[in-house]
Parts: sequence; structure tokens; C-alpha cells
Amino acid sequence: MDSISLIGMASVVTAGLTVAIGSIGPSLGEGRSVAQALSSIAQQPDETNNITRTLFVGLAMIESTAIYCFVVAMILIFANPFWDHVIAK
Amino acid sequence: MDIKTVSPDQVVFWQWGPVSLNATIVFTWVVIGLLVLVSWLATRRLSSDVQFSRWQNLLEILVKGMQNQIKDISHQETGIYLPFAGTLFLFIAVCNLLSIVPGYTPPTASLSTTAALAICVFVAVPLYGILNRGFLGYLRQYIRPTMFMLPFNIMGELSRTLALAVRLFGNMMSGAKIGAILLAIAPLFFPIIMDALGLLTGLIQAYIFAVLAMVYIASATRTHQEREQKQEKKQEEKGEKSHG
Repeated sequence: MDSISLIGMASVVTAGLTVAIGSIGPSLGEGRSVAQALSSIAQQPDETNNITRTLFVGLAMIESTAIYCFVVAMILIFANPFWDHVIAK
Repeated sequence: MDIKTVSPDQVVFWQWGPVSLNATIVFTWVVIGLLVLVSWLATRRLSSDVQFSRWQNLLEILVKGMQNQIKDISHQETGIYLPFAGTLFLFIAVCNLLSIVPGYTPPTASLSTTAALAICVFVAVPLYGILNRGFLGYLRQYIRPTMFMLPFNIMGELSRTLALAVRLFGNMMSGAKIGAILLAIAPLFFPIIMDALGLLTGLIQAYIFAVLAMVYIASATRTHQEREQKQEKKQEEKGEKSHG
């Protein structure tokens, strides 16, 4: 197998795997944190503003791991340096 | 932005030798001009009367809301924080919300813009910290709780700047990208839904960016003051006990 098809195949497969596996952890974490926030809002409706703001900040923190995976996948597909190197040669 | 380009940096409108005008620069200036023009027009005829224009009403709601949020987060006077955090929020929010205009790509979908904004936060945190606690007082927080935490504190400072930049970039870029991909697959109806979702994400991301910047600034200025006050109180109590 020549290097072009090898790099192309590895990039596409890895990009799919990156998003697939990388979204498992954050989604579990976000689900847990939203469930916890909802139950605490149900217990203390007066603190809704505080809980919601902290929830959003926390969700952004959790979600950034999934976003990193997405960025890596996008780099692999659309801006792959190895692919560009092989094509340029 | 078509399906192949990852960032609006690659869309070049005008080139003259080494000088090039890409979509990021053009749309950033459009947003800046829009913000300046609207706020100039709105603040031209301010009145403290019962009757005031709706633009003044809008701006008052915005400023008041941002002041309340900052007060909630930092438990301090909002005076010196409002210009910085408020500008971040307004700029990013307008950048993201204008994405419903056809032909516009949000400048925040480019890593250059978000990195610049994150570097602004990276510089502002020590500035506000030094302003509040003095130079040595600010530096001392790096060796808390022990000397061994120094490398971790520095790493944390750098990595959260990177996280700020990549989070905003990833969210906005994914919105633009999903729009482009759906336009190629199902051009009739689905892009509209994803665009509506993109508006929500854009506003939340602007809010999160400003809130996180404010949280970082507050952590550089406030918590340690409280801790010092507590320690002082403890020492005073000890002193009183030993005297008594």
C-alpha cells in the first residue's frame, strides 16, 4: 500500500474514532451534572440563578474535552499536515 | 465559507503583495463598526427623565444585567471590571448572532480571533490581580498552598488560556461547518434548524467566555483577600486568647 492511501485511511478512521470515543465521556458527565443540577433546583428553587450559572460554566468546562476531540478530527480531515506533505511531494 | 475551508482566515477578499484582507479581518471590523455606531446613536440623546428612547432602554438593560452578573460572581464593585468583561460579552455575542446574515462568517470561528481574546484575558488577570493586591501579593498566590504548586499554577494559567481559545473556536467553527455540511446533504430545511441552534450556542458561548474571564479575574483578586482576612481574624483571636 502506498503512503497516500495509508495516510488517507488512517486519518479518516482515526477522525471517526476520535469523535466517537471522545464524546462518550463528556456526554456521561454532562448528563450527570444536569441531573444533579435539576434535583438541586427542585430542592432549592430560590438558588436557581446561582445553580444555573454554575451549571453553565461547568458544562462549558466538561464540553471543552469533546470540543478538543472535534477540533482534532477536523484537523485530521480538512487540514492534515501529513496529507499535505505527501501530496506536495 | 464552503465545506473545505476550516477557518475564515482562508477566505481572502483582497490581496496586494504580502498584505491580504481575509474574511476574519473584514467581519471583525464590520462588528466593531456596528457596535460603535449603535452605541453612539443610542447614547446621543440620553435622558434621566421618565420618558426615554427604546435604545437607551436596551442599553440600560444590557449594562444593568452585566453589572448584576459581575456582582454575583466577584462580590465586588463592578466599576473596573465592567468595561473589560462587558466588551468581551458584547463583541462575541454580536459576532455570533450576526451569523444568521447570509454571506457572513463569524470571526470567532477563526482561531486567530479567539486566541487574541484569550490572550486579552491572560493579560487582564494579572493586571487586575496586581491592581487589587499589589505586585508581591499577586505573585504570592502562585506559591499557595505550598512552594511545590508553583509549576502546576503556571501550567494551569497557560492551559486555561488555551482552553478558552479552543472552546470558543471549536463551538463556532463546528456551527459553521455543520451548516455547510447540511447544506450539501439536505439543503431544504435542516440547515435552518441547525442555524437556530447555532444562535443559542453562540449566545451561550459568549456568556460563558465572559463569565469564565470574570471567574478567573475574581479568583485572582477576591478569594485570597478573604483567606487573608480569615487568617488575620484567627491571629487576632489567638492574640486575644494569649493576652487573656
